[in-house]
Amino acid sequence: MLSCQEVTKLVTDYVERRLTFLDRIRFQLHLGMCGHCRQYLRQMRIAAAMMGRAPPEPVPEATMQELLARFRGWRA
Amino acid sequence: MQELLAHVPLEEVPSADGAKGAGDRALVRRLLARDESAFRELVARDHAALVRIAGALVNPATAEEIAQDTWARVVENLPRFEGRSSLRTWIIRICLNRAKAIAVREARSTPFGSFENDDGGEVEAERFDAHGNWIDPPREWRDRSAEAVLLRREALECLGRELRAMSATQRAVLTLRDLEGLDSREVCNALQLTESNQRVVLHRARTRVRRALEEMYRQEGK
Repeated sequence: MLSCQEVTKLVTDYVERRLTFLDRIRFQLHLGMCGHCRQYLRQMRIAAAMMGRAPPEPVPEATMQELLARFRGWRA
Repeated sequence: MQELLAHVPLEEVPSADGAKGAGDRALVRRLLARDESAFRELVARDHAALVRIAGALVNPATAEEIAQDTWARVVENLPRFEGRSSLRTWIIRICLNRAKAIAVREARSTPFGSFENDDGGEVEAERFDAHGNWIDPPREWRDRSAEAVLLRREALECLGRELRAMSATQRAVLTLRDLEGLDSREVCNALQLTESNQRVVLHRARTRVRRALEEMYRQEGK
């Protein structure tokens, strides 16, 4: 039986599908019985999704103007 | 050294995302027609990410140069873009290749000791009892999805702070995997990490982000 602490250490291997078949079953068994670890897994998924959902940082207008000036000069 | 000189393959890996493909094709057509607004759109979307990616391999000033240089290469090579990967992935590969070449030249090519700056990569041991069961379990957050979390300005600040505080390796892996959506094989190749090291680094980086968010909600609850 996995402990909660072990679950927090294995969570990325689980999400990345890198656990052995047996460990995966043990992981899921634990999740089935432990609301705290289900909560932890949900929060780790949110943490992983945060990066991709964050809006891009604005490009400084000076940089943009310089790149645009070069774009006009390039021959595609 | 030989390994470090090996470039990220430029051949295009098929993208699963068909809808994006159509958007990319339209964008490429406009770019080839010298449409400035298309170029502006693309730069606004991807420039910051390029700086961050290059910044994982070289110093910040050089990273900005590499990102700008990448745009020149993108425009030059655009007629040869075949749309088998997303445009974004293709642009990132150009940037990565350039950054790697320069990192090698600057002889700072392996900033990626995989295990530096360990702290924050695991849940604190005090939160478990002697059997490893939660004593201080994670509390429920007010927001249930990343989109909802990001509607808070402090969440973005929190994420930015955490990114700046983590090691270059963690930042690079997190950026490439979770921001750019590259798969682990590509990230290992780009950063010269083994698969298992890459996973350890990713685990620690995500664990840090989760903990920073937890702290944000905890502060809010007070």
